[in-house]
Amino acid sequence: MGKLFAVILVIIALASAYPIATHVFVLPEDISTHGHAIDDQLSDTMAEAGFSFLGAQLVLAFFVWKFAERKAGAKLSNIPGGAKLMVAIAFIIVGAEVFALGVLGQKAWANVYFTPPRADALQIQAQAGQFAFYFRYPGADGKFGAIHPDKIDEGNQNYFGLDPANDVESRDDIVTGELAIPVDREIHLLMHAKDVGHSFYVRELRIQQDFVPGLDLSVHFTATKIGKYEIVCTQLCGLGHYNMKAYLNVMSQDDFEKWLKQKASEQ
Amino acid sequence: MQEVSAQQAHVHAPPETFLRKYVFSLDHKVIAKQYYGLGLLAVCIGMALSWLMRFHLVWPNAHIPGLELLSKAGAPGGVITPEYYLSLLTMHGTLMVFFVLTNAPFAAFGNYFLPIQIGAEDMAFPRFNMMSFWVTFAGFIVLILAFFIPDGPPIAGWTSYAPLSAVGKDAGPGMAWGMNLWGISIALFCIGSLLGSLNFIATTLDLRAKGMTLMRMPICTWAWFITACIALLAFAVLLPACILLILDRLAGTSFFVPSGLVISDRLQPHSGGSPLLWQHLFWFFGHPEVYIAILPSMGIVSHILINSMRKPLLSARVIIYSMMSIGFLSYMVWGHHMFVSGMNPFSSLMFSFPTLTITIPATIMTLVWLGSLYGSNLRITSASLFAIGFISMFVSGGVSGFFLAQPSIDIVLHATYFVVGHFHMVMGVASIFGVFAATYFWFSKITGRMMNETLGKLHFWLTFIGTYCIFMPFHYLGLVGNVRRYSSFVDDFMAPWLGWHKFITISAFVTGGAQLIFIFNLIYSRFKGAPASENPWEATSLEWSVPSPPPWNNFGGKHPVVYHDPYQYGVNGAKGDYIMQDSPEPDPVGS
Repeated sequence: MGKLFAVILVIIALASAYPIATHVFVLPEDISTHGHAIDDQLSDTMAEAGFSFLGAQLVLAFFVWKFAERKAGAKLSNIPGGAKLMVAIAFIIVGAEVFALGVLGQKAWANVYFTPPRADALQIQAQAGQFAFYFRYPGADGKFGAIHPDKIDEGNQNYFGLDPANDVESRDDIVTGELAIPVDREIHLLMHAKDVGHSFYVRELRIQQDFVPGLDLSVHFTATKIGKYEIVCTQLCGLGHYNMKAYLNVMSQDDFEKWLKQKASEQ
Repeated sequence: MQEVSAQQAHVHAPPETFLRKYVFSLDHKVIAKQYYGLGLLAVCIGMALSWLMRFHLVWPNAHIPGLELLSKAGAPGGVITPEYYLSLLTMHGTLMVFFVLTNAPFAAFGNYFLPIQIGAEDMAFPRFNMMSFWVTFAGFIVLILAFFIPDGPPIAGWTSYAPLSAVGKDAGPGMAWGMNLWGISIALFCIGSLLGSLNFIATTLDLRAKGMTLMRMPICTWAWFITACIALLAFAVLLPACILLILDRLAGTSFFVPSGLVISDRLQPHSGGSPLLWQHLFWFFGHPEVYIAILPSMGIVSHILINSMRKPLLSARVIIYSMMSIGFLSYMVWGHHMFVSGMNPFSSLMFSFPTLTITIPATIMTLVWLGSLYGSNLRITSASLFAIGFISMFVSGGVSGFFLAQPSIDIVLHATYFVVGHFHMVMGVASIFGVFAATYFWFSKITGRMMNETLGKLHFWLTFIGTYCIFMPFHYLGLVGNVRRYSSFVDDFMAPWLGWHKFITISAFVTGGAQLIFIFNLIYSRFKGAPASENPWEATSLEWSVPSPPPWNNFGGKHPVVYHDPYQYGVNGAKGDYIMQDSPEPDPVGS
């Protein structure tokens, strides 16, 4: 039965690796300037993990095939090198893998989080609430009006709790349900949670960031391809979580300006 | 002086009444069986919940006959609502992580065999031991009550992130008394686990038989001991976190809730709290919890593997030191659950390195197990199959940790099915394989009868292949960005992948069904199994030197003396190729 185990394990290991090796399961195409570093890191890690996975499973299968249910009195022996060799392999090979991944991975992370947004990045505010995203553009004055939680009134479409009667800066703010952005221009997205924790995940953009109530967080990114992409919430936020979505609409600069003008006129 | 008091405290009279024998027993072996029974009950419920979830994911509008009896609001006409899906998910995770993965490998088997393996009559504090089970049991009842209150079970997931979990009924169905019950249940569970781990530590340090030095303890005893040390520190943090959560909910405090939140159109009367504080406290417990679940199985598998291979591991010390380093490192890595939480991005780097470093002791252990198989004479039994199956699962679940330890990759894989596949495989399936191996191995000692090996092997094959069919595709789906905790996939993006979800669901039903073979085997063998001898596996440790089942005081009032290391296999002993730990014959030459 040891041989049966070995055969089944080999089949499982190869069948598990096959869809990965043939790239059946890959993320949608990257549309960001920073995403290629993440994708490279992912495929490097896949190679190292795949090597470890297949190596360990096949060795396990081989040893069970060879050493299970031998004849009574079969001579016992120890692997040459013994425990010292095992410890050495773990430290040298896995240690090197870990070090390489750790150091290289920091670069991909640093691209996203350690570089400040450019001074001329387009500022947009995103608000997440149960169970919708809203986006706010600062309007002609380039400034966002203050948020007053007590003035939030979804019935009257005051999603951000603005106070245009007393707050001049909020009067020209443009509030929308989709995130339209110009292509090839850096966006600085300011994130505000209205109620509980949410998250902003756009697969194509290689961006995922939580909204945390009480914290002023932001992300910045540049989209490089015109198109419509899905924004999903990935932080469990209550009963409608599965349906909390919005769209990222990447447009040409001209289309974006037209769109913004039209939205301003609808406010 | 300390030793004398501990020695005296654990001695108790033989049980006389029915209540003392079977219910409020002080006997560690009865308490162990109670923990095992509770784990079995919890795993059955948890698995049934996972079936409902898997069913709903692929057939969201199908009627499940009889389900409306469980919850009229949650499943009107037998169709699960999206919010009830979240209730099922929360209860599944909570039951499995706490009442199964912590109870079965650690509290149940540790309770039964740790005292016997070190030659003690009982745990150091039998009354604490009894209390720890009954407090845990109370926690279980409180949690299950949530199914039967009008509010229903909570929907915040097993991680119960604040402020969703902290603001009461405004947060949605199940978030009033359902959530309160969750908090109370987990607080009780923490108290039970704290008492239990104190007892494990005191017993190991104080009650070892003559000659039983620390390094002569079997590897599984070491694993339970190290786990107890981890649990003591981990649950000591989760308990106050739960208390603070309950205070936020019931006493109007604001530990986890900041000001200015508008939930269900109501401005919440809180200010000054931090949602990230909950995440830090929770994961400070939560990551060590992964090792609380898997370390005992590592020890059990080592113990069984050695017995089945008929030769010692390349080095037991290396395994023990690796388990210690994993335990130590487990306290420095909790932030890898929070890479995209908004915590300072520099701290992500500080959490990433120790996380990647854990790979090294984990690899050392795997290589020592693999290297030890070389040149062995492995006996194939249900127990040893599950033990080598454990190694395979540990590797498969472990390699996906490479990805999630890196913050840059976590940006795309966080909160996807990749994470779900990873932790189910490494902390769920691998750990449960340890429990199965332990059950097949020690059943004869506990009941005096052998389990049926044919059924055991059939159970293994179905479970081994089935769990791969379920959890490998989880990883694939995560790689395409399939997010978790969605009750259905309403977007076009997921449509091409729904076939894989169906495959997973069908695999889950088949694999779950295969567990009925195990339960049947448990019950059948308990009454009709072949009678077991004292030492059917020709094993060396002290539990095999006492009758099956052992008498109430384990060694019949005698005090065993230990002469050997725990794993004298592959030698010329008086009885065969092994020498028992309490056998006074001399150590074989060269050992």
